[in-house]
Formats: sequence, C-alpha cells, structure tokens
Amino acid sequence: MDEVRLLVGTRKGVFILRGDGAQRRWALDGPAHGGWEAYHVQGDPADPDRLYAALWTAWHGTLIQRSRDGGRTWEPVGNTFAYADGDAVHQGFEGEPQPWRFKRVWHLEPVPAHWGPPGGAGGEAVRGAGGARGSGGAGSGDGGRWFAGVEDAALFRSADGGATWEEVPGLRRHPSTPAWQPGAGGLCLHTILFDPVAPGRLYVAISAAGVFRSEDGGQTWQPANRGLRATYTPEPEPEVGFCVHRIALHPARPQVLFMQKHFGVYRSDDAGRSWQQISGNLPSDFGYPIAVHPEEPDTVYVVPITDDTQHYPPNGELRVWRTRDGGGTWEATGRGLPDRHCYVNVLREAMATVGGDPPGIYVGTTGGQVYGSTDGGETWQALATHLPPVLSVEAQRVR
Amino acid sequence: MVTVVLPPHCRRLAGAAGPVPVTLPRGGAGGRVTVGMVLDALEAAYPVLRGLLRDGSGPLRPFIRVFAAGEDLTPAGVAAEVPRSVQEGSEPLRIVGAIAGG
Repeated sequence: MDEVRLLVGTRKGVFILRGDGAQRRWALDGPAHGGWEAYHVQGDPADPDRLYAALWTAWHGTLIQRSRDGGRTWEPVGNTFAYADGDAVHQGFEGEPQPWRFKRVWHLEPVPAHWGPPGGAGGEAVRGAGGARGSGGAGSGDGGRWFAGVEDAALFRSADGGATWEEVPGLRRHPSTPAWQPGAGGLCLHTILFDPVAPGRLYVAISAAGVFRSEDGGQTWQPANRGLRATYTPEPEPEVGFCVHRIALHPARPQVLFMQKHFGVYRSDDAGRSWQQISGNLPSDFGYPIAVHPEEPDTVYVVPITDDTQHYPPNGELRVWRTRDGGGTWEATGRGLPDRHCYVNVLREAMATVGGDPPGIYVGTTGGQVYGSTDGGETWQALATHLPPVLSVEAQRVR
Repeated sequence: MVTVVLPPHCRRLAGAAGPVPVTLPRGGAGGRVTVGMVLDALEAAYPVLRGLLRDGSGPLRPFIRVFAAGEDLTPAGVAAEVPRSVQEGSEPLRIVGAIAGG
C-alpha cells in the first residue's frame, strides 16, 4: 500500500508526516534530532527508506545523520568537509577578500542511477575517499553516492554513503570565484539539479553568485546566468553576482529550467544558456521556492513575497501562484490557505511535489505550518500547524 | 580516569545519562594533561563527537567553553592544562555550550 512521506526540516529538528496513498489521513512523527537546525532532509529514490539529514547548531556545527528505515532510527555519518584549496578567497559583504571556511551543509542530493558507476558513462568523477570516520559505527562502502551543497559555496561528494566527503574541485576553479559574494543568508550552494536524461550534466545554484552548469559530471563548470538582470550591482548583466533562490526542471523536458531569483521569475529553454523573465502578472516577483507540477511540465508554482525588506506575503494573504502555460500568465491558488493576517515566509527549500495518484504539492512556512494540495493547488489542507519554523520539505511516495 | 560533563546535544548523541568517564593514555610529557588530550580520549570513546567540540583536531569551536575546578580554561583552548583534581577524578571537566539560541 502506498505511503506519502513528507520530510520536514525545521529550526528545531526533523519531522516526518506520513500520509496514506490517497493523502486523506496524515500522522506526524518527530522530532528527531530535537534542537538541531535541519537545513535539509532528503530521501534516495533508489531506496526511499534511506534518508539523510543535514543538521547544524551554532555550538557544534554540522552533523549528518542517516536513516535506513524511513526515519525510525538514525545514525551519524561523516561531518568533515575539507576544501581542496585552502588559499582561495571570495568576497565578503563589503567586497573584502575572505578565505573559504566551511560553515554548514544546505542541501543533500543523491546521485541518480542513470549516471552509472563512478567513472562510467556519466563522466562523474566520484571516487571512494576510503576510510570511514567511524562515527558510531555508521558504515562506509554501502555504495550510496551523494552530493552536498555547502556554505561557503562548494560542492562535495561521497561515494560511501556519507562516511567520507571530498570536494568536487572544478567548481571553485572557475575564474569568477574571487568575485563571488554572499547573499543575506550566506555564500551558500543551495540547489543541486541533475539532468535526468543527459549523463554528466548538472546545475548548481549559489547565493549570490548564480547558476553554474557542468556537462562532464562536475569536472568543469560554466556560469549559466545570461539574460538575468541584477538589480543590486553596478553592472546590470555581469557573468556572476545573482542571488538565485531556486531552480527547478521537469524530467520530461529537462532542457527547460525555471528560476525564482531574488527579484524575478525566469525561464530557460536551452538548458540554462539564456534566461527570459516570466514574472508577468505576479503580485511580486520576489520569493524563494519554485516547483514544477510532477506531471505537467508547463505548470509551475511560486510563492510571491512582498519584497526583500518585508518577508511576508502581499497583504498578509498566503497564496501559491500557478502558471499552466509555462509562465505566460499566473493565477492565485489558495482555498484553504490563510487569506488575512498571515505574515510567514516560505523558504527556498520548503516547497515539494510528488507524482502518482493523486499528485501532491506541499509548502512549509516559517510559522510552522505545512500545507498540501492534491488537486493541483485549487484547495489546500493544513497537514501540520505548530511546528518550529520550516526550513525544508521533501516528498516521497513509498510503495 | 577523567570525568567529563558534556553539553546536552553531545550527551544525547553519546547515549549518556550523565557525566562520562574517559580513560587517558599513559605517559603524557611530565605528567601534563591538556584539554586536547582529554578531547582525544573522549572522541576515541565516542566517535560521534568528532567535529562537534573542536574543528577537526584543531581549536575549540566558537561558543564551546571548558571549565574545571572553578577555572575557565577556554582562553588557552586545547593547550590548557587540566588541573590535578580533574586528572585524579575528584572533579569533572565541564564542557559547556555558551548561552545562545532562542
């Protein structure tokens, strides 16, 4: 029997919402890792019971926990993220040179099966770094391959189920890196998007550097920001310097990308080589997440937020806006969402979708609510109402 | 044998209900025992704590403080000498998370 699982990362731990396949009844488990900020909780499609959580506290830094049983029990894995090049610098908030320092993990992404074995057709350069950290017996060598996006912005990989991590060095070898500058949330690599068809092609997004694309499994990278407008730099169209909040694609049409930027919603029809603005009739072009309907490649969702000084929905009315024509026109959806006195935010990692019957769309708020819709956004149901601020939501359908 | 009081997150990760006993290797130079040596032994006994109290095998993390016998050992960091009363087990080494959060 189907189960839909929502993996919810919050400021004070990990929660799992478990729904029946029809998504009529939900049960809440948690918190796991109480008191830890859970930046991201992610499942592995190859083994949906295998979950990873990126945790952080100001006292203890980063802890990565892994579950092999769908979140019922957890075990710590490796938490050492050492940069390959210790001498490089990026810019600080004032433009001053800053050495790269690891701060936390923002995003965890399993390497898809179509990339083949390490060094195979995908061109992916994942190697087993060897030697487990030995943390609480969490094992090496179980074959799980993961990428991690971290702050200060860099891409790491593990070929041993998270026991050890090594940097994908090509990204920070790009000559633009001395110009990378943090967004208000830090210089974070927050999005990792594998092309679901082309082996070796992947995208990352960095606040506030922009999008980078690799065609060779991460060995070399190119900025993919042409057509974006920077409203907060002297130069309107620099090569890098864009506060990209999220990018998304639909697996049936992977050359089409959608982006929510600090200001502006964009679309690319050529795998990120160029972008066109599609903000159109949205009430605000500011927001954080963007997601594509799991079965309709032209149906895209965003959550407009007033602006970058007022991080709440326009008029205190929480609405998920939807386009059904790939960004030509937008319409508000939200029956069941708060229509007044609502001053929450929906962060970049806090919107998710799941395919199947019925498909689902979910958002988590900084007010601790998780809402779900099974009719494409027409109506929404509160699935949890009093959680800590939600940092991330991922959805799985488990059979 | 040294007894270490851990901050709450670390105590839970270690599966400990209270202070944890740590056995130091013999033969410190001149009988000198440092905070770093205690952390080495602590991490050997509880590998889950690696990286959570200090950066690798380097300095203490920000917001981590170490106290013993009424003294704040934090300014000297991992090189601080642990008082005799702690080495003899009559008083604990206290590792404390500075007050922060909300």
